[in-house]
Amino acid sequence: MTNTIADIETADVTLVTGSNTTENHPVLSTFVKRAALHGKTLIVIDPRRIKLTQHANSWLRPQPGTDIAWINGLMHVIIKEDLHDKKFVEERTEGFEALAETVKKYTPEYVEAITGIDADDIVATARKFARARVATILYCMGITQHTCGTDNVKSLANLSMLCGHMGKPGGGVNPLRGQNNVQGACDMGGLPNVFTAYQSVADPNSAKKYEAAWDVEGLSTTPGLVVTEMIQKAELGELKSLYIIGENPLVSDPDLNHAEKAFGNLEFMVVQDIFLTETAQMADVVFPAFCFAEKEGTFSNTERRVQRVRKAVEAPGFAWEDWKILCELATRMGNPMNYENAEEIFEEIRMVTPSYAGITWERIDQTGIHWPCPTEEHPGTPILHTAQFTRGKGLFHAIEHQPPAELPDDAYPFMLTTGRVIYHYHTGSMTMQSRGLNELSPECFVEISSNDAAKLDLADGEMVNVFSRRGKITARLNVSEKAVDGTIFIPFHFAKAAANRLTNARLDPVAKIPEFKVCAISIEKAA
Amino acid sequence: MGKEDIIYIDDNPFTFTPGETILDVAHRNNIFIPTLCHLKGTTPTGACRICVVEVEGARDLVASCAAPATPGMVIHSESKEVINARKNIIQLMLSSGNHNCAIRDFESDDWTSFQLKTLEADQYNELCPVWGDCKLQDLAYRYQVTTRHMPLSESKYPIERENPFIQRDFSRCILCGRCVQACREVQVNNAIDFGYRGADTKIIAGTDVPLKNSDCVFCGECVEVCPVGALIPKESLKAKTRFEDIKKTRTTCSFCGVGCQMELSVQDNKIVGINSAGRDVAPNNGSLCVKGRYGYDFVASPKRLTTPLIKKEGKLTESTWDEALDFVATRLNEIKDRSGSDSMGVLTSARVTNEENYIAQKFARAVLKTNNVDHCARL
Ligand code: SF4
Ligand code: SF4
Repeated sequence: MTNTIADIETADVTLVTGSNTTENHPVLSTFVKRAALHGKTLIVIDPRRIKLTQHANSWLRPQPGTDIAWINGLMHVIIKEDLHDKKFVEERTEGFEALAETVKKYTPEYVEAITGIDADDIVATARKFARARVATILYCMGITQHTCGTDNVKSLANLSMLCGHMGKPGGGVNPLRGQNNVQGACDMGGLPNVFTAYQSVADPNSAKKYEAAWDVEGLSTTPGLVVTEMIQKAELGELKSLYIIGENPLVSDPDLNHAEKAFGNLEFMVVQDIFLTETAQMADVVFPAFCFAEKEGTFSNTERRVQRVRKAVEAPGFAWEDWKILCELATRMGNPMNYENAEEIFEEIRMVTPSYAGITWERIDQTGIHWPCPTEEHPGTPILHTAQFTRGKGLFHAIEHQPPAELPDDAYPFMLTTGRVIYHYHTGSMTMQSRGLNELSPECFVEISSNDAAKLDLADGEMVNVFSRRGKITARLNVSEKAVDGTIFIPFHFAKAAANRLTNARLDPVAKIPEFKVCAISIEKAA
Repeated sequence: MGKEDIIYIDDNPFTFTPGETILDVAHRNNIFIPTLCHLKGTTPTGACRICVVEVEGARDLVASCAAPATPGMVIHSESKEVINARKNIIQLMLSSGNHNCAIRDFESDDWTSFQLKTLEADQYNELCPVWGDCKLQDLAYRYQVTTRHMPLSESKYPIERENPFIQRDFSRCILCGRCVQACREVQVNNAIDFGYRGADTKIIAGTDVPLKNSDCVFCGECVEVCPVGALIPKESLKAKTRFEDIKKTRTTCSFCGVGCQMELSVQDNKIVGINSAGRDVAPNNGSLCVKGRYGYDFVASPKRLTTPLIKKEGKLTESTWDEALDFVATRLNEIKDRSGSDSMGVLTSARVTNEENYIAQKFARAVLKTNNVDHCARL
């Protein structure tokens, strides 16, 4: 997030899009709901009638996969009515002319034709957003999990910059991270193209810096493969081994039938986890690891706040900490890696990571610190881009609407979108161990509107088969007010009826995120 | 600083900023004024009136949580009248419902029949499950309230147990309304409210349905703020002893990316409860969600992996660390030599710590010598 969670309550207008906040980030959603309760304006733009719409002043309903169109539509109105922040645009940004040119054709009527959102609503929303003293944008996987996900995100940044809502309290563009330490995994260089703090592996200077710090030679300066590419290469037999730590791609991957084949093709696969997940079952070797309650360390939350994790209980049996397993393995492979404890690792992180350099375990004993925090005297940075953007001036990206990779047709007439429910988490390897959570959310379901159910002559609670070009699952039908005609929602948690047997593995060309949020399906009564 | 922004509490002057209540000023200066219904950050309801104080010149005692400080105000925080008023309130609360801790006194025979009846209603053979951790009990003790001559009252509504996480005991409810404030103004889930009237008043969910059929999402905020034993985590009824050897550890939740600060209560190497780290601790300021608060069974699950496994003849078989580590080290070195570094990949995890992610990418880059390292956050 560019801003903090607490900051949300200070915004005049909150625009939430592609985030089912009350179910996926329940505590963060309380900030959004309280702001609305205290009279601030809440706008929800989402294909489903999610719970948050009950708290919103307005709900705009786009067809899945048409986000660039409505964002361009808002900007069209803002520029046409001269509501943009000229001072901000002038002083802090570049590329405005190209943007203005591109959004010219996105008239409210044109946008209505693409998205299904009423032209009048586009105009009213544009005015509300632009006229706000300060407005914040919150988004999640509903924006990123598309073939045009990167462009969706850039478009939201365009909108915020255009109105000068960037770099101040209560503003910004705020991605909500779905997992506890996504932020940290990225910050720590758990990405194929960067070391810690996003230092490029292709830059010979950073490679040199790391060779010195790690006392090794010959670090590769070629960016590596992202997870989805690794799976493709495994299928082609070009990737031979995969070492997987605490993830369960065999439920969370798109087009699972394909992914299973790819994993089966690997010569050697190691999994280190706390449960024998669907993925671990395929491994050649499985190492037992610690869970969060058993270890010391830090997580970085969605607002870039580095916080302590502490040991409360002893781990079961002969499990080890994840870092200890890797260090021991490195040593046995002839590259000794030795640390006394996790704090010693953190001290090394500080040395090579400018944005974490000023953070110590002692400083964050009670309250976490937001990076960047370059020195031990620095208080941390709750709000990014207050004086300038990382690259200096903020760049507007002129972007055209692109339809999703797969749209409904006669054979597969419905749109499928996937996500989570409040009582479960990701692939359920943790939450499905809880009898209570299972009682509240026992199984997969297929959420459908009452109109669509009537059309198919299906009743609530009935078992149905769902087909896509890639696979089939069977699950219970749930006729719900949340669903809008033509669009079906299925949670992806449940391995037994894994929604990802249906989804499309087509990737966003830059972020390489699969298009989980739109694909075409058909439904029929299960025999 | 002029005389304008000063009030006097028990003869000492204190400054205030306009908008502060008497209670705010007192608490800021560590002056004891008891509260039951007051919940920071929500609209004061004045429902319990336990926070009354004497204000010179006012006809009646004043509820300090709702009365703004005004210049020159003279306040007595614990005068005789104040004490008497508080005793009355406590007495009434104690005598309605199954408050079967030792504070509720009776003539001996009455106590026995009351106790037996309560145990039966509770289906629990201990005293009230929160004794020793109850604001009402604390206050009754502080003010030495006796209920000896107060008659036994019947509980009107049975205990609600039909959900996995929260037990609602209406007999012990003192109708302070904190849970309603927490649900409507903090979490804004709007699941519960005051229902019925007068002596029949009850905290109801929806149209007086069980929580699990209402809008409740089991965040447990109401449980955390309930000052008495009316709302309790069901899990707590299973704890062996309530106070012995409970160790509390502050940590960060491991589910979504909000990073809520929480406190794990551990007994015998087992998590027996999770609470927030407090209403002043960012980022969650005292709130948690159902997964963070109640979804900890996985930690002690019998299905946890406890030993390394190696696939032998298609079956994962238990092995020692030595054997497994050597096997993996050998195999990885072989593949690296034969097919090259870039034929190998590492998937690190958005679930593990920064320290572990750092080591994972270091392992890929410095040991395997490849940049094929990623995590599954895209998925
Ligand atoms: S349930 Fe607890 S918090 Fe709610 S009104 Fe009763 S005593 Fe107060
Ligand atoms: S658990 Fe949460 S949602 Fe349910 S009644 Fe309590 S505060 Fe409301």
